[in-house]
Amino acid sequence: MIRLEQASRTFTRASGEPVYALKGLDLEIRKGETLALLGPSGCGKTTTLRLINRLIEPSSGRIVVGGEDTAGLDPVRLRRRMGYVVQSGGLFPHLTVARNVGLLCEIEGWRRPEVDQRVNELLALVHLPPAEFRDRHPGELSGGQRQRVGVARALALDPEILLMDEPFGALDPITRTELQREFLELEKLVAKTVVLVSHDLDEAFLLGDRVALLSEGELVQLGTPDALRSAPATPWVERFLSGRAQ
Amino acid sequence: MRSAADDDAVAFRVGTGLHHGRWLFVRAFVACVHFVCVAPLRPETPRRLHLSFVRVVVAFVIFVFVMPLPASARQDARLVIGSKNFTESRILGEIMALLIEAHTEIEVDHRSGLGGTLVCFTAIERGEIDLYPEYTGTAWSIILNETDRIDDRLRAFLHVQSRFRERYDLEWLPPFGLNNSYALAMREEQAAALDVRTISDLIPHAASLRAGFSIEFVNRDDGWLGLGPFYGLAFAGVRAMEHGLAYEAIAGGAIDVIDAYTTDGKLLRYPLRVLEDDRGFFPPYNAAPVLRGETLRAHPELGALFERLAFRLPDRVMIELNHAVEERGRDFREVARGFLVAEGLIDADEALDVDPGAGRDGVVAFMLGRWDDTLRLGWRHLQLSLAAVLLAVLVAVPLGIAVARHRVAERIALGAAGIVQTIPSLALLAFMIAIPGLGLSVRSAIVALFLYAVLPILRNTHTGLRSISPELLDAAVGIGLTPRQILFRVQLPLATRTIMAGVRTATVISIGVATLAAFIGAGGLGEPIVTGLYLNDTRLILSGAIPAAILAVVADALLGRLEVWLTPRGVQADV
Repeated sequence: MIRLEQASRTFTRASGEPVYALKGLDLEIRKGETLALLGPSGCGKTTTLRLINRLIEPSSGRIVVGGEDTAGLDPVRLRRRMGYVVQSGGLFPHLTVARNVGLLCEIEGWRRPEVDQRVNELLALVHLPPAEFRDRHPGELSGGQRQRVGVARALALDPEILLMDEPFGALDPITRTELQREFLELEKLVAKTVVLVSHDLDEAFLLGDRVALLSEGELVQLGTPDALRSAPATPWVERFLSGRAQ
Repeated sequence: MRSAADDDAVAFRVGTGLHHGRWLFVRAFVACVHFVCVAPLRPETPRRLHLSFVRVVVAFVIFVFVMPLPASARQDARLVIGSKNFTESRILGEIMALLIEAHTEIEVDHRSGLGGTLVCFTAIERGEIDLYPEYTGTAWSIILNETDRIDDRLRAFLHVQSRFRERYDLEWLPPFGLNNSYALAMREEQAAALDVRTISDLIPHAASLRAGFSIEFVNRDDGWLGLGPFYGLAFAGVRAMEHGLAYEAIAGGAIDVIDAYTTDGKLLRYPLRVLEDDRGFFPPYNAAPVLRGETLRAHPELGALFERLAFRLPDRVMIELNHAVEERGRDFREVARGFLVAEGLIDADEALDVDPGAGRDGVVAFMLGRWDDTLRLGWRHLQLSLAAVLLAVLVAVPLGIAVARHRVAERIALGAAGIVQTIPSLALLAFMIAIPGLGLSVRSAIVALFLYAVLPILRNTHTGLRSISPELLDAAVGIGLTPRQILFRVQLPLATRTIMAGVRTATVISIGVATLAAFIGAGGLGEPIVTGLYLNDTRLILSGAIPAAILAVVADALLGRLEVWLTPRGVQADV
């Protein structure tokens, strides 16, 4: 579904010295799976995610989505094929919940009743009763509600892929647990290919079908949570998994 | 208030400073009214209106351009007279206007109190005006930049006359007769007791006399710095003081000798004797009409007409006319007419249409009496300000959007707009006059106001766009919006409130600065303010300043409504 081939990304420090955010990453994300990108901050997990929807371009290597090299695709079209969920939801404060969720449908030229219907479906899917929430503004929602709206917005055009960048990072522990549980249910319903960035071990292991553990721009180990737990590839992985590497 | 036409570069600067000072007062007043009246009135109730920004702008464009914009000065065959921004010049301007009206078929437009020498001269050189009163000494040093001393009046006149004809095709008509130069003056009784008639007569008594000179006179080579050594004068003390106070000081006996202008109306209020410059130290400042050669060729009768006025206005007469306006609060036109009738230059029955409101009513009655004028001037004022702000919106908002993406361009644009803002308003207006195609017209005023209005709108557009969180913009890009969609659906709606605040600031500034448009004859509520400042007539000042302040407050309140109206509800909620 999504394949990164020898993808590298360098940044230049103010001192002029180049830094690798990502070093020759080879990674394949299978259709329908949830892959969690896990690692300490600065390990390259967010960079990996942003390479997929071309928010940043690779310095070398290539990214293939659905068999096509993304470098040859229109970035806007590409992004509309991938739902994007960020921390705190990234909602537009001047638009109502309904318009935030239906924005892309509107832009794609859907007719009003179709947009309305889609918005209602999506809000129901994320457990927000449409009648109550449609006309609210993001400023009138709790953190968890905003995050749900963010997920609903990402699903608006029914994309095959969902990119989630620390989606539950800014929530209190109780709400986070609740949303994680809801996410698992949702994932069963909509069956998307999901790439999830997390720095939280429990979250990655709970939500990910497979976990890619990164460190300093390189893939250290890739496998199911069980595989990682039972056979850590290096002593660093072992320490990281036991919560002592950070 | 100055009434001398000596070194006009200084007069120009002094004038500018003065009006700036008063202007600050007006602005402070506007600001106070704003905070007291407007701030608490901001409506809290949000409302959703499906009027897009574009539609509002279009409506605004139509509104402003449907309003008939006043045309430029030179569109017909009228003869335009200019005068400088002090009493004497304006009286001379009225005298010339009345004389031409009475004896020719030419239609006359007098742009009274246009500005300093530089403004008037630039205007006549460019054909914005045809005629204005000038002084030989001023033309000698300020316009022709001659550095030699000259004491011979006739030689000075002939020299400037021939130079003006050769260089600028401007014609010096026969002089009015007055010589508005510096002089020394003493209390009449003391001068009589000491038998002093000339400056030379002072020399033996100087050691026991105290002088109080105006600050600039003390420091000028053609003032005290040159005069003392030239005559060998040494007073017991020389004090530099504000000229207006010197008259009171000498009348009270605190000082014995002051500098004066030879045609100053105050010389009649105080019992003073003006001492003759017997050795001819002070340069001559003989006033004469200066006419465009082109206009004279088209209307040769003007030459003969001004012959009749020649030398009818000696210092003594001019002092009385200045006195009538400055000390007795009479109207320029009325004073000019009285003079022409007394001299038999026009018929008495032409002296009928005396300006109403010349009496001494209370402020309220006075302003009500000027209601029609106020409406007309206020409307013009609004047109100037709105046209300028509208242009500024059309330029500054797109510019703000364009430069928000480039750090260097952003610095250049904000820097340039900021520099414009530091140019004193009057200087900016004067600068516009020199630009071809603008000149002494409403266009100049609008361009100057526009330049002032650009900065607040540009800066607020920029701030509004910059204050949107990068995470939000990242989400907008990430979900697949195009740059254009991000601009119109995210950035502009979120920046509306800030941009509108800039538009409001720009509007209030424009309405304020537009009062200065009167200096270049563009009209507006500045007209009574400027006239009032020259005449020291508080009622007249207030009859311009109060409506201008009301206009600013009302415009600000209406724009405040518009701002609420345009600002999306979700954005209001979190502010």
